[in-house]
Amino acid sequence: MSATAVDIAADVRAGRRSALDVVEVALAAIAARDGELNAFNTVTADQARAAAAGIDARVVAGEDVGPLAGVPVALKDNLCTRGVPTTCSSKILAGWKPPYDATVVGRLLAAGAIMVGKTNLDEFAMGSSTENSAFGPTRNPHDPTKVPGGSSGGSAAAVAAGFVPLSLGSDTGGSIRQPAALCGVVGLKPTYGRVSRYGLVAFASSLDQIGPFAATVADAAACYDAIAGWDAFDSTSIPEPLEPTSAALGRGVQGLRVGVVSEMTSDAMGIAPDVLARVREAADALAAAGATVTEVSIPACVYGLSAYYLIAPAEASSNLARFDGVRFGLRVDAPTTAEMQRATRTAGFGPEVKRRIMLGTYALSAGYYDAYYGKAQRVRRLILEDFERAYGEVDVLLSPTSPTTAFPLGAKTTDPLTMYLNDVCTIPSNLAGHPALSVPFGTGSDGLPVGVQLMGPALSEALLFQVGAVLEASRS
Amino acid sequence: MPARISRDDVAHVARLALLELTEDELERYTEQLGAILEHAEDVAALDLGDVVPLAHPLPLHNVFRDDEPGAALDRDEVLAEAPAAESGRFRVPAILGEEP
Amino acid sequence: MSETTWETVIGLEVHAELATRTKLFSGALNHFGSEPNTNVDPVSLGLPGSLPVLNRTAVELAIRVGLALHCEIRPSVFARKNYFYPDMPKDFQISQYDQPIDLGGWLELPEGKRIGITRAHLEEDTGKNTHVGGSGRIGGADYSLIDYNRAGVPLLEIVSEPDLRSADEARAYVEELRAILVAIGASDGKMEEGSLRVDCNVSVRRPGEPFGTRCEIKNVNSLRSLGRAVDYETRRQIDLIEAGEKIRQETRHWDENAGRTTAGRSKENSEDYRYFPEPDLVPVVPDPAWIEEIRAALPRLPAERRHDLAMAAGLASTDTPVIVAVDRGADAMALEAIAAGADAVRVLTHIEHNLAVEGADALGGSTLAALVAMETSGALTATQAKTVLAELVTLAASGVQGDPAAVAAAKGFEAMDTGALDAAVDAVIAANAEEWERFKAGDPKERGKLTGFFVGQVMKSTKGQADGKAVTAVLLSRAG
Repeated sequence: MSATAVDIAADVRAGRRSALDVVEVALAAIAARDGELNAFNTVTADQARAAAAGIDARVVAGEDVGPLAGVPVALKDNLCTRGVPTTCSSKILAGWKPPYDATVVGRLLAAGAIMVGKTNLDEFAMGSSTENSAFGPTRNPHDPTKVPGGSSGGSAAAVAAGFVPLSLGSDTGGSIRQPAALCGVVGLKPTYGRVSRYGLVAFASSLDQIGPFAATVADAAACYDAIAGWDAFDSTSIPEPLEPTSAALGRGVQGLRVGVVSEMTSDAMGIAPDVLARVREAADALAAAGATVTEVSIPACVYGLSAYYLIAPAEASSNLARFDGVRFGLRVDAPTTAEMQRATRTAGFGPEVKRRIMLGTYALSAGYYDAYYGKAQRVRRLILEDFERAYGEVDVLLSPTSPTTAFPLGAKTTDPLTMYLNDVCTIPSNLAGHPALSVPFGTGSDGLPVGVQLMGPALSEALLFQVGAVLEASRS
Repeated sequence: MPARISRDDVAHVARLALLELTEDELERYTEQLGAILEHAEDVAALDLGDVVPLAHPLPLHNVFRDDEPGAALDRDEVLAEAPAAESGRFRVPAILGEEP
Repeated sequence: MSETTWETVIGLEVHAELATRTKLFSGALNHFGSEPNTNVDPVSLGLPGSLPVLNRTAVELAIRVGLALHCEIRPSVFARKNYFYPDMPKDFQISQYDQPIDLGGWLELPEGKRIGITRAHLEEDTGKNTHVGGSGRIGGADYSLIDYNRAGVPLLEIVSEPDLRSADEARAYVEELRAILVAIGASDGKMEEGSLRVDCNVSVRRPGEPFGTRCEIKNVNSLRSLGRAVDYETRRQIDLIEAGEKIRQETRHWDENAGRTTAGRSKENSEDYRYFPEPDLVPVVPDPAWIEEIRAALPRLPAERRHDLAMAAGLASTDTPVIVAVDRGADAMALEAIAAGADAVRVLTHIEHNLAVEGADALGGSTLAALVAMETSGALTATQAKTVLAELVTLAASGVQGDPAAVAAAKGFEAMDTGALDAAVDAVIAANAEEWERFKAGDPKERGKLTGFFVGQVMKSTKGQADGKAVTAVLLSRAG
C-alpha cells in the first residue's frame, strides 16, 4: 500500500476516497502475498468491510470519523479483540475468542481505523525472529529466505509488504524496534506507562509496552497519538496529559544535543560493521542538520542483557501460569485436575516458552531470588541512573537498533543465547522504561534494511519523532 | 554465586511450573539454562548491596479506583470459551489434595 | 497425664471479607449468594490481558481495621504468591507479603487481656469449588465445578501473636475481633457465609518453656468449631508428646463431623511460592492526612462502649448483659433509657432477653425508659411488660413511636390490687389441696417445683395479670 495513513485518513474524511475501497486494496494485497509471508494469523475480511462501510456512511452523514478514518490496521495477535481469535501464536490459546477488547484496540477503532487482521508473533512474544510460532514463521518481505525479526514480526512484515500502513506490536526487550529495523519500517516503543497494557497478553509486565509500526515517522506519530494516554484500567498508566506528537515533526534538530552510545558502538557488543557505518552516517546527518553530536557512555548497559533474561522470564513464569486448561484455551484431558493442567501446559507451550518459564521459575525460587531476580532489579536501577546522567548532557541518544540485518530462517534457532544477543541494544530502554524509536537508515552490505535507534528520557516521544523525521528526510 | 543449575534443579522447576519433561528435554534444558545463567553470572557477581532494587520504571504510587461497579461479563460468552462447563460453572476433573 | 501441667499456645489468622461493593482489583460485584459466575469480569477470571486496579475503599477499610487494632499504618506493596490451584484464576494470588499495610497492634479481650496483632494485610479471595459425585467431598469426587464469583473479593488477613492460651480465649478473641469489624463497618462478620474464616496455629508446652512445634488448623468455620478444634488438637499433641513422639509441623484439617483434625497431604513444592513484587500494581503510601481523616471518623469501639455502659449501669464491663447489649448494638438505647431514669438492670434484662428481635433498635431509649418505669412502679408485671414491649417493637418497626401506658391500657393490663391477688391465690390453694400440703411440708426441692406450679395456676386464672413475684410472696405468707 503506497498511500500513507495520514493521506488515507485525509482522503476518507474529505469523502475523496471510500474506506471500503481502501480496505479492499489492503485485503487484495494480503490475499496476493501473505500465503508466502505468513504475516497474518487471522484476516478479518468481512468484519473489516462492514466497519469500512460504517465509516463511509458516517462520512456521508457529515460526522467526524476520527483522525485515522478508514486506515487499515493490523494487530499483533497478543492484543485482545472481542470475538476475534487471539492466539499469541500458541497452541495453548488457538481459537480463543476474548470477551473484551484491549484498550488500544478500542482507541484505534474510535479513531476510525479498521482492523484487517491479527499478526503472527513469536509465541507469547518470546523471540527475535517470529520463528517460535505455532502457526509457522513469518518471512521478511525484503527477502523471504530471511526472518522479519521478532517478536512482532508479523506486524512489521505487514507494513513492510505494503499490506497496511499501520500496525501495532508489543515491545518487551526490542520486539517492536528490532523487527522494524529488519523490515525497514519505523517502530516505536513508547515510555512505559504511556500506552495502556490492558488487553495485551502479558509477557513481562514491568517491561511490556504496545507501540506502532508505520512506513513513515509521521504515520507512526499519528498512530501513537491515537493510542497513547491515561487509562483507568491500567494501574501503571501515566496520568500526565498527552500533547499531540505530530505537531513536533517539522521542528528539525538545530541546537539539539545527540549522544552516540559508546558501549553500543564498540566491538564488544558484536555490532556488524555495515550496521555501525549506517549509525555513523546517521550521526553525521543529524550534525549536518544542526545538531551537536558527542559520544556518551551508559556503562551499566552492558549488564542489560543479563538483567533482562532474569527479570523477563521471572515475570513471564508467573504471567503464564494461568494457561492451565481450566477457564479458556486448550485442555488435554486427564483423570485429575493437576494432571490435566500439566498435560495441557506440556502440550500447549512451545520449547522457547517452556525454557523461559523454567528459567524464570528458577530465578524466583527460594534460595535464588536475591542472587538473580533481586540482583537484576538493582542492575535495573543502575541502568536507569546511567541514562538519567546521560540525559543531563544530551537530549537524545543514538545507537544501532539490531546488531545485524535480517538473518536467514533457522540461523539462530539452535542456540537460545545467540538469539538473545539480538536485543542487546534495545533492552536497556525497556529496563529504564524510556521511549525508543527505530528508524530505517539505508541498507547493509547484503542490501537489507538497517535501522538506527533513537532513545530519549521518559515522555520524550515527540522529540524522538522530531529527530526521526530529520533522519528520514536525510535519506530521501 | 549460585552453583551451576543441575538436572535436579531443572526437574524441580518443571514440577513447580507444571511442565512435564522427557529425559532428552531434561538434558537439553539443563544445558541451555546453564548457559544462559552462566551469561547472567556477570550480574549475579556484582556487589550492589547499597543499590535500591528498581521493581518498576515508574515512580507512581497510590493508584486507586473508586468502589463503583463496572461492567460484568456475559456468563454464556465466557463459558462458551471454557474447555468444559456445567450448571453455569467451569468443570474440571477431580481435584486431589487440599488448597495450599 | 494431666493437662494442668501443659499450656496451650494459640495464634490465629483471621481472614475477613471486606464490606466493599466491588472486588479488590476490579468493578465486579462483591456479593454473596449471586448466581454462579455472574459477578465476574476479565480481572476476576484472570483472563489473559486483564490488569488489577486497587479498590480505594478496600484500602480505607484496611486502614480502619489497623487503627481499631492500634496498628501502625505503613506503606505497603503487593506481591504475587505463585501456586497452582483451579479456584485461583491467575494461578497466583495477589497479597501483601513483606510489606503489609497494618503492622504491630493489639486487641483487648473483654476480660482485659491484651492479644498482640502481628500484622494485617490485604489479599484477594479465591473462587469456590463444588465437588460432584463420590461423597461430595474432595477426596472421592468424580469432578468439580468452579464458581469465580468470590474470586477477587477483598480479604484482610489479620494475624495475631501466639498470645492466646485456651479455646475460650481463642473464641473470645474472634468474637471481639468480629465485633470490632462489624462496628467499624469493615466486614459483615458473617461466619456462616464465610465472611470470617479462621486458621489456628496450635502448640503445647510446659509453662515457662519455649514454644512447642505448631500445627496450623484449617477449615474452622464457626466459633463452636474453633473451640472444639483447639481442644482436640491440644489433646492430640499432649498425647503424642507424652507417648514420646514428636509433633510434626504441618497443616491439619478440622473435620467437623468426625470432631477431629487430620493431616493435610504434605505436598512437596507447596512451600516455594516464589513471591515477587506484583508489577501490575504500584505501592500504596497512605497520606498521613488521609489516615487522620479515617481515624477521626472511626466510631467508638466495642471495648469503649462496654466501658461506657458498665459505668452508667453500675456493672462491670465484663458482665454478660453489658457485653450482649454492646454486641447487639443496643447500648445507645440502653444509655438513653438509663439517663432517662430507668432501672439499669431491668433495661439490660429487656435488651438481653426480650429485644433480640428484628427492628428492636427502632424502639428508642425514652420509650424503653417509660416502660421500665411502669414496671418499677408496679403498674405492670414482668409478663405484662414483655407483652407491651413486643407490641411497642412492632409499632416502632412500622415507624410509630408507641406510648407504653396507652398500649398497656389497650391490652387491659391493670395492676391487680392486693385483695384480688390474695383471693386468686386462695382459690388455687383450695383447688389443689394435695399439692398445697406438700408445699407446706417445706422440702426445699419440692417447694421450688411447686412454686412454679402454683404461680402457673394463678397466672392462668388471672389471665396473666398477676405478678409472679407477688404470687410467690402470698404463697409463702400463707404457708406460714
